[in-house]
Amino acid sequence: MLRKFLIYIVCVIGFAAPTRAEEELDVSKIIFEHLGDSYEWHIAQGAVIPLPCILINGEGVEVFLSDKLEHGATYNGYHIATEGDHEGKIVNEAGERPFDISITKNVLELFIVCILLCSVVLGLARWYKKNGSKKAPGGFVGMMEAVVDFIDKDIAKESIGHGYERFSPYLMTVFLFILTSNLLGLIPVFPGGANLTGNIAVTLTCAITAFIAINCFAPKGYYKSIFWPDVPIFLKAPLPIMPTIEFIGVFTKPFSLTVRLFANIMAGHIIILALTSVVFVTAQMGAAMNASMTVVSVLFCIFMNCLELLVAFIQAYVFTILTANFIGLAHSE
Amino acid sequence: MNLLTPDPGLLFWMVLSFGVVFFLLAKFGFPVIVKAINERKEFIEMSLLSAKQANERLAAIQQEGEQLLAQAKAQQKEIIAGAMQEKQRIVQAAQDEAQTSASQMIEDAKQSIQAEKERALRDVREEVASLALDIAEKVIGERMKDADEQKKVIERLIDRL
Repeated sequence: MLRKFLIYIVCVIGFAAPTRAEEELDVSKIIFEHLGDSYEWHIAQGAVIPLPCILINGEGVEVFLSDKLEHGATYNGYHIATEGDHEGKIVNEAGERPFDISITKNVLELFIVCILLCSVVLGLARWYKKNGSKKAPGGFVGMMEAVVDFIDKDIAKESIGHGYERFSPYLMTVFLFILTSNLLGLIPVFPGGANLTGNIAVTLTCAITAFIAINCFAPKGYYKSIFWPDVPIFLKAPLPIMPTIEFIGVFTKPFSLTVRLFANIMAGHIIILALTSVVFVTAQMGAAMNASMTVVSVLFCIFMNCLELLVAFIQAYVFTILTANFIGLAHSE
Repeated sequence: MNLLTPDPGLLFWMVLSFGVVFFLLAKFGFPVIVKAINERKEFIEMSLLSAKQANERLAAIQQEGEQLLAQAKAQQKEIIAGAMQEKQRIVQAAQDEAQTSASQMIEDAKQSIQAEKERALRDVREEVASLALDIAEKVIGERMKDADEQKKVIERLIDRL
């Protein structure tokens, strides 16, 4: 009885669905558009925030809003390339890139993260200045204290040991920066939504700071262990096999940090976007298919978002603890 | 691919922003928080230690108080026992004294009674003697003629006695 009823419903919906022949959906284009950067912030259909473009060329600096370049328009000789190496970027008439320090979507997101971070941490510092050590914090301050204390004691002190105090502010900054960016990246609407930690420029900068923290404060023994390691002599002279490996290792550490964070966050975004796209891909396959796939898509999206929430914490933690461990290794000699 | 090449513009902003944020937080943010946390940790540890010490001191004081109390009780007992003894002694002494004084008085009374009695007896005796003398005198003075008369006189005299 129930089965018959279900079949009936599926048939009715299946035949009743209008078969619209729309333009082909380019899912990968949509996904990569969302993953990449853009000169405006697309909030909803028709709601677009134009962002300032700042271009430096040989003659000077040009500043204008990005809505001047909408729909392939040209402004002062600049337009957004639609193909080639610089696809989606501002180029001049000759197709060359000026030095482009526009406030793009990712840059604005970066500013939001920075302002959020500064206001939260400096607010916390003010709370501690006001209340000193006499009052026990509760609520948000208590939660942040747990995070700060965890990084200070369980990551920095544990991994670096003696002299860890120098590095713990850096580790806290990088942890909270990555965590905030990851979490904001998961929010699909305005203050979030940009793919900040899934952008290689951002993770590269984080890794460069880690590189500086690891190598620039290391004692002499660390450099000796790289260029003249404690191995049998034929491994380091006349052919410097071990020194070469060690020297490459210095750069693979931050490189692995860069790629790990970038790839993890980007993969999460791709999966969520692809699952969302399932709804629109199946729209052409009839209402029954579309409805069932929508349910599947929503369920998987919920699951993936929960997973990404976990990944947001894990990746921030992994980046921090690995950096702390590398610093600790450099200082162990 | 576009995604794998870092964009110089974003790189520029990222370096700048991260640098500024790191400078601000490392100078004004985290050290203050960490310092406050460590201070509070020390404060808590110190408080626990002093609480423990205070507890110990309190226990010692309590013990001392108990000792003092016990001592005081013992002393009190001793004093009470002493007082009881004293009381008994005083009562005994008073009783003894009363006894002796009473017996003394009785003795005195007895003696004075005895003396009085003796005196009275002596008086009676003297009286009797003088009476007897008087009678004898009278008897002799009348010089009774007959024996009957004599008898009558004597009887009369005795009756008069």
